[in-house]
Amino acid sequence: MSGYAGLLAALVLAPLLPGVINRTKSFFAGRRGPPLLQPYFDLAKLLRKGAVYSTTTTWLFRAGPVVGLAAMLVAAALAPFGGVSAPLAFAGDFLFFAGLLGVARFATMLAALDTGSSFEGMGASREAQFAALAEPAFLLGLTAVAWKTGGLSLSGMLGANSFATWSGAAAPLALVCVSLLVVFLAENARIPVDDPNTHLELTMIHEVMVLDHGGPDLALIQYAAALKLWVLGSLVVGIALPVRSLAHGWAFAASVAGMLGLCVIVGVVESCLARLRLTRVPQLLLGAGVLSLLALFIGLK
Amino acid sequence: MNSWIDAVLVLITLTSLVLLGASRLGTTIRMVALQGVLLSPLPLLLAGDAGITLRAAGLAVATVLIKGIGFPWLMDRAVRGGSLRRELDPRLGYNASLLAGVLLLAVAFLLSSRLPLPPGEGTPLVLPAALFNILAGMFVIASRRQAITQVLGYLVLENGIYVFGVGIASHQPLLVELGILLDVFAAVFVMGIVIFHMGRELDHIDTGRMTLLNDWEKE
Repeated sequence: MSGYAGLLAALVLAPLLPGVINRTKSFFAGRRGPPLLQPYFDLAKLLRKGAVYSTTTTWLFRAGPVVGLAAMLVAAALAPFGGVSAPLAFAGDFLFFAGLLGVARFATMLAALDTGSSFEGMGASREAQFAALAEPAFLLGLTAVAWKTGGLSLSGMLGANSFATWSGAAAPLALVCVSLLVVFLAENARIPVDDPNTHLELTMIHEVMVLDHGGPDLALIQYAAALKLWVLGSLVVGIALPVRSLAHGWAFAASVAGMLGLCVIVGVVESCLARLRLTRVPQLLLGAGVLSLLALFIGLK
Repeated sequence: MNSWIDAVLVLITLTSLVLLGASRLGTTIRMVALQGVLLSPLPLLLAGDAGITLRAAGLAVATVLIKGIGFPWLMDRAVRGGSLRRELDPRLGYNASLLAGVLLLAVAFLLSSRLPLPPGEGTPLVLPAALFNILAGMFVIASRRQAITQVLGYLVLENGIYVFGVGIASHQPLLVELGILLDVFAAVFVMGIVIFHMGRELDHIDTGRMTLLNDWEKE
């Protein structure tokens, strides 16, 4: 089974993840909740609709969703899954990966600013601030993993991650896992950083930036968001579960199970935690960065 | 065995970092209590080949009793007795404190790489964890205004020295270690009583505002 199976799984299964999160949340709230496949239905519905564009917007607004999805597709090709190398892998590709996340964010922010809505501008400003704090945590954490596993690409790092690595360096790897989990929550606009269900523009971060998009554009954005959830989640799962030691089929199954488990964890977090005050979010991300740095120090020792 | 020691040391380091970034007095006291409890298995884990002796077990029990229960109880009593503000009011903000903590962490790791351990003593993480706790304790004492936070900083500092002592000089007699514990206990006991009465008499324990406490009249 080659790395293309992982990419295919990402493309096909990604919209399932928000469904699992929503199902977990409704279980905690005592509701039945939407069907697991609801995100697929939503995407199909949105794709059949026409798009409406405000006359104040320019091509930047239309480019936002396309660039965002394109960046996420390349990122999905970089992220290894199921213990095998990704289709695309080269030394230092984790910097490229972080850059792709940045490009997608930049395109979304430009599209948001292009609408001229003050709420969307506020959302873009917050997104930029939090992303700037999440990125050091992400890169420092991956540097610690690279140091411990000796791999310079994402595939190399996660591919070399085995039970032996864990027994030799449990403390730094566990710290990186926690740190990346916080980055995962922040980047995907989940609680405690952002509330994906909020309907108050003043407090939204990610959702407010895409308020003016509709129809196929919104479908692209939602699909890109699901892919981002999958791609970043696969990194967390890849570090937490050293599946390389298993046979290929089992490694793949274990990774998919890990992704679903991660979504259940996100659902539990969203059900049990309140959203942080906006002024406290930087502290959370800073804390994640400190964890990554501590892991790096311990790894260097 | 080693990975357990490392896990405990990392957790101790994390409690100190949380303490640096925490804004609530209750959280900081709880962190110091947690740190005291986390310290207790160290003598048992670091006992090494000798196995678990009565001496190590006694030290572990004494540590939990004094550092995990005694000190937090004293601090809690001082907070409840006096009219203290629940929110801390540091000279440096919480995020800046956390960043300073990162700096101290780097200094601790750098220093410990220059100090070679005697062979067969402790694990590589003992020294940085001990140094970081000592530095973090000093930082808390220097950067916080309220007397009670300064006492908590003193406890963190002492915990660092404890890690150092248990990790490096594991062969010192039980009497010495218990003596040190008793000394610290007496010191914190006195400080707790002082803070309790300060809070009652002055309505605040802000050390920055205590420059006018004089016995004599100004000329």
